[in-house]
This record gives sequence, structure tokens and C-alpha cells, in this order.
Amino acid sequence: MEYIANILFAIALTVGIGFFARNIRKLSRNIKLGKTVDTTDNKPQRWKNMARIALGQTKMVVRPIAGLMHIIVYVGFVIINIEVLEIIIDGLLGTHRVFASLGTLYDFLIGSFEILAFLVVVAVVIFWVRRNIIKLKRFIKPEMEGWPKKDGNLILYIELILMFLFLTMNAADLQLQTLGAEHYTKAGSFPISQFIAPLFEGMSVSSLIIIERIAWWLHIIGILCFLNYLYYSKHLHILLAFPNTYYGKLKPQGQLDNLEAVTKEVKLMMDPSADPFAAPAEDTVDPEKFGASDVMDLSRVQLLNAYTCTECGRCTSECPANQTGKKLSPRKIMMDTRDRLEEVGKHMDKNKGKFVDDGKQLLGDYISNEELWACTTCNACVEACPVSIDPLSIIIEMRRYLVMEQSAAPMELNNMMSNIENNGAPWPYNQQDRLNWVNE
Amino acid sequence: MSEKLSVKTMEQFAAQGEKPEILFWVGSAGSYDDRAKKISRAFVKILNKANVDFAVLGAEESCTGDVAKRAGNEFLFQMQAMMNIEILNAYEIKRIVTCDPHSFNTIKNEYPDLGGNYEVVHHTQYIKELIDSGRLSIEGEAYKGKRITFHDPCYLGRANSIFDAPRNVLQKTNAIMVEMERNKKTALCCGAGGAQMFKEPEKGDMDINVLRTKDALETNPNIIATGCPYCNTMMTDGIKAHQKEDTVDVLDVAELIANSI
Repeated sequence: MEYIANILFAIALTVGIGFFARNIRKLSRNIKLGKTVDTTDNKPQRWKNMARIALGQTKMVVRPIAGLMHIIVYVGFVIINIEVLEIIIDGLLGTHRVFASLGTLYDFLIGSFEILAFLVVVAVVIFWVRRNIIKLKRFIKPEMEGWPKKDGNLILYIELILMFLFLTMNAADLQLQTLGAEHYTKAGSFPISQFIAPLFEGMSVSSLIIIERIAWWLHIIGILCFLNYLYYSKHLHILLAFPNTYYGKLKPQGQLDNLEAVTKEVKLMMDPSADPFAAPAEDTVDPEKFGASDVMDLSRVQLLNAYTCTECGRCTSECPANQTGKKLSPRKIMMDTRDRLEEVGKHMDKNKGKFVDDGKQLLGDYISNEELWACTTCNACVEACPVSIDPLSIIIEMRRYLVMEQSAAPMELNNMMSNIENNGAPWPYNQQDRLNWVNE
Repeated sequence: MSEKLSVKTMEQFAAQGEKPEILFWVGSAGSYDDRAKKISRAFVKILNKANVDFAVLGAEESCTGDVAKRAGNEFLFQMQAMMNIEILNAYEIKRIVTCDPHSFNTIKNEYPDLGGNYEVVHHTQYIKELIDSGRLSIEGEAYKGKRITFHDPCYLGRANSIFDAPRNVLQKTNAIMVEMERNKKTALCCGAGGAQMFKEPEKGDMDINVLRTKDALETNPNIIATGCPYCNTMMTDGIKAHQKEDTVDVLDVAELIANSI
């Protein structure tokens, strides 16, 4: 019987991590529905970007208040996880504060965890106020209604509860240490929880142990639950920001890729020795679909982008179309892409891992033509994203589908394009008049 | 008609067996749009003044395809690109200057994949080069003490990280340079990019150019300077929407310099 706690702990840990691993496999399978892109170039730059943008948070601080708060929560999250390591060892081995032998270093560590935990509480409260009391514009856009808003708040509540449990656990421990309870050797410094400890004054050792144990268990179970909540929330960015910044665009922002399938056809068209009546070669495959109407037509990096988006809305608040009341919101483009990808994933789960056409697609069912045509391709959204997401690339892919597969461009654009075809300029002027400006 | 400009085509250079220092890519707007044609003329005035041996393609130039690409028509873009590349390569062009950031971006970044490798500079960079090398000196004081705010074209600034050249050049006019609150990397688009120039905007509560000119007017400028023919049109219309066309001018960097030499 004496090992029952250890066994329960091991089971909780296995279930928590196992379930998480299962979701990560699903996530990876879904991302792999996208087309492969070559991202093997310039690895040093890619690592540098990851270190600078994800680890170093350089783009977060463009907005100083949100940036600073975010760094506190981020550093708090990373550092306090050292404590989780101790909790796991304690839980499995049945020890108590196994790192206590580190002495003054341990005191320093626990002390800094506590201060960070307190700062996280402050930051999370400010975040909550920004979302719910001040109602910052970017948090109350139409695409944030319903689940996305709840999701954002839920994450803040979970973080608050975890920090509260951590501090309660320490406060009870401190009180037990003061009372000289068995197993509770003097270890750690408690700059914050020393102010909670007085609440426990007069309590017996046994009730204190119960409080300490409950807080300890809820804390670790809470962390495991949070880990598993990630896949269902916008919060995956805490993990995916790293690969996403690694795979982010390295070329100048203004450079769009040239579709290779088109290059082949155009070269053939312009080759004077090509025989237009020649029978297609044996190995000819069906012509590739141009552009994207659904998530499978997008690249893996674009799908990773969608899972990485944490719906902060910096892209949307910088978007000139959105600022002037157009329907386009780059954040919605990313949210729609993820929602559709999840829907496709669920269909595959139901159909033994194979996707059967469900009569829906990203274009039309999620993203409207009106949104796509409102984009000025100005790259403000790309510049604003703190984790190197590129909503513009998805918009362009979908425009390509609309124009090259469906000829569904707005009429004025069709006129412009036929002008280019006929006289090499977007306006209906004669190419021979190109130099008239010199003498006007 | 204003003063006589000296412009030679590539065809003329080739006929004489000569090569120019640089090719001036005029672009469709610079060739046909009434407002943009003035920018082309101003830039040529600068080139003439600095005795630059430059060429244009004239009737052999065709749309870069930028606007088609951004509208989603990759076919049309690549057709245009390959036709242009064929001509540029036949003339063995090495260096290109253009007043249009869209042509600049497309030729510089998107042509190399298709076989067109050139050094491409924006006219503000080239003017700076002429000043720095002493080939061009700015003596006029037409804009001394005037308040000038520069609107960053998306395809020059954010897209290609060129922020300083136009500002450095403008400083030479002894004007007072004032920055809009959103500038350089965070500059707001004028609303013309991504093929918007050629269509009506989607339903909204304001036009983007009106919002951007509001940014500019907040700096209390005498002149809004641009480096893109499309931005110029959008900002000019925006100024009219704010009924400020009598007090604020919208001018290209080339025009400001041409008036100062």
C-alpha cells in the first residue's frame, strides 16, 4: 500500500503524456496533408531566426506593454517548469523536495520561482483586463466571438489557478517546516508564499499536510491537463512558435514564389520548336491544380502557420483593409485554415485515416472571395506577426485558384488582365506609344 | 511641352554597337499614366543633368506582370516575365533602374528564378548614388524650410527594406523632414497594391488612401513625397478627399530633386 501514491502518479503521468503524444501525432499527420516545400536552405539563418524571434521574443516587444507582460509569462512558464521536474521525480520516487540538497542554490531557485509566479499572476490579470474590461479592439473582432474568446480567457484562468496552487503548496510547506513536521525539512525560500502562510496559522500538522498534498496533486494534474488542452486551443504557439519561426520565410517579404507547374507550360508555349499537336509523353501526369481551394492544396509550412497562430490579432490590427472596415482579417484566414484542417482531420479519423470528400472546402465554406479580393498584398500582417506566420501567402494561393481554375476575378481585373495580354500594359494603350511621354 | 529631354532606346544603342551604363525601366504607369509620365520626365531630367548614359526599351518594354501575379494570374505573369527577360538578356542588360517599386520588386526578386538576373535599383537609390559620387549636385533651394513627409511604398520599404535612400535624398533639399507616426516597417499601405489600383475597393467604411493621407496630414506637411506612381495617385486622391489639394502637394522624390538641380 505504501507505493500507491507513486503508482497513481505514474499512471497520471503516463496517461497525460500519452494522450498528448497521440494528439501531436494527429497534428503532424494533418500538417503532412499539405504539400512539401524545400526548407533545407540557409540553416544558420533559420536557427538564428528561431533564436531571435521565438526564444528572444524580438517581435513581441514591438508593442511594449503586451510584449513585456508576455515575456514575464513566457519566462515564468519556462523557469517554473524546472520545479515541475522536481515534482515528477518526487512523485515517482516518493521523495519530498528532492533538489533540497542543492542548499542555497535551491533557496535561490524556489525564491525566484515564487517571484516569477507572482509576476505571472499580475501579467495574467492585466491580460484579462485588456480582453474583458478595456476590450482592446483586436480582441473583439467578429472572428473572436464564441469559442475563440472563451478559449483566450480559459487559458488565463488555468494559468492563474496553476500559479495559485503552486503558491498555496509552498505556503503550506513553509508552515509545516516552521512546525517541524516530519519529512518537511527546512528547504527553499518563500518570498511570496510567506504572506499566504499566516492564513494557515493554528492549523494542525495533519490538515496542513492535506492542504499541501492537495495543492501538490492539483498542480501537477493541472499541468498535465493544460498540456492536453493545448491541441484544442489557440495555445499551441508555446510549442509551435519554435518550428514555425525556423520554417518562416527567408526571402524578401515582397517576393512571391513562382509556380513551377506554370513555368513548364509557359516555356513550352514560348518554345518555337514545340509541336502543338504532339501526343503527350507516356509519363505525363494530370496537370497540377493551380492555387488552393482547400487545405490540402496549401504547403506544410502554411498549415503549420495555422496551428501556430495564437489569435493575438496583431496582423488584423495592422491590416489596411481591416482598418477601413473591409471583411478581410488576416487572423481569420489563419483561424479558418486551422478549423478546416481540423475538420478534414476528423473526417479522416472517421474514415480509417482516409479523406473522403465531404462536400466542403476552405474556399467558400470558410473564406469568401470578398475577403480575398480586399487584400493589398502590403505585407503589414506578415511584418506584424510575432511568430513569422504568412497569411498573405495563403491569400495569394487562393486568388491563384480563383483566377486560373475558375476565372473568377472581379470584372475590372479581368479587363486589366486582357489589356496586359493584348498590349502589354494594364491600360488599353498601344504598345507602340510607350515612349510618347518623352515628347509630351 | 516643357524642356527637351534626351532619351535613347536600347535599339539605338545596339545599332551603334554601344552599351549604356544603365537601363531605365519606365514601367506601364510611367509610360501611360498622365501623372506618372511627369515622374518619368523628372527622372530623365536628373539623368540628363548628371550626364548618365542610359537607355530605355521603348516599345520593346512590356508590363512586368507584377499586377497579374498579385491578382493570382501566374500564367500571365510568367508570360510577361519571360518575354521581358528574353529582351533584357538579348541586350545583355546588367543594371536596371526604375521609378516603380512594383517593377523593382518583381524584376529584382521574381525574375531571377525565370532566368533574368540583373542588378536592380530604385530611382531613389540611384539618385543617392549620383549625389554621393558627385555627379549630381543639388543647388536649388525650392524646398528650403518646407515640411516634407515621406510615404514609404510597401514594395520598397517593408517588402525590400529600403527606407534610408529616399529620406537621404530628400534631406539634400534642405527641407524639414517630418515622419508620420506609422513609418518605415509599420507604414500603412496607400491602398493600391495587390491589383487594387485597377478595381473598386470592397465594401467598407473608408477608403485606404483617405486613411493614409490622414496619417500624412497629421504631420502638417507642405509636401507629401512618394517613391511610387501608384502611391502618388492614391495620395493625390486622398488629399482631394480631405480638401487639402490647395495647400498640400503630392510629389515624387524625382520631381522634388528635378526641381532642385
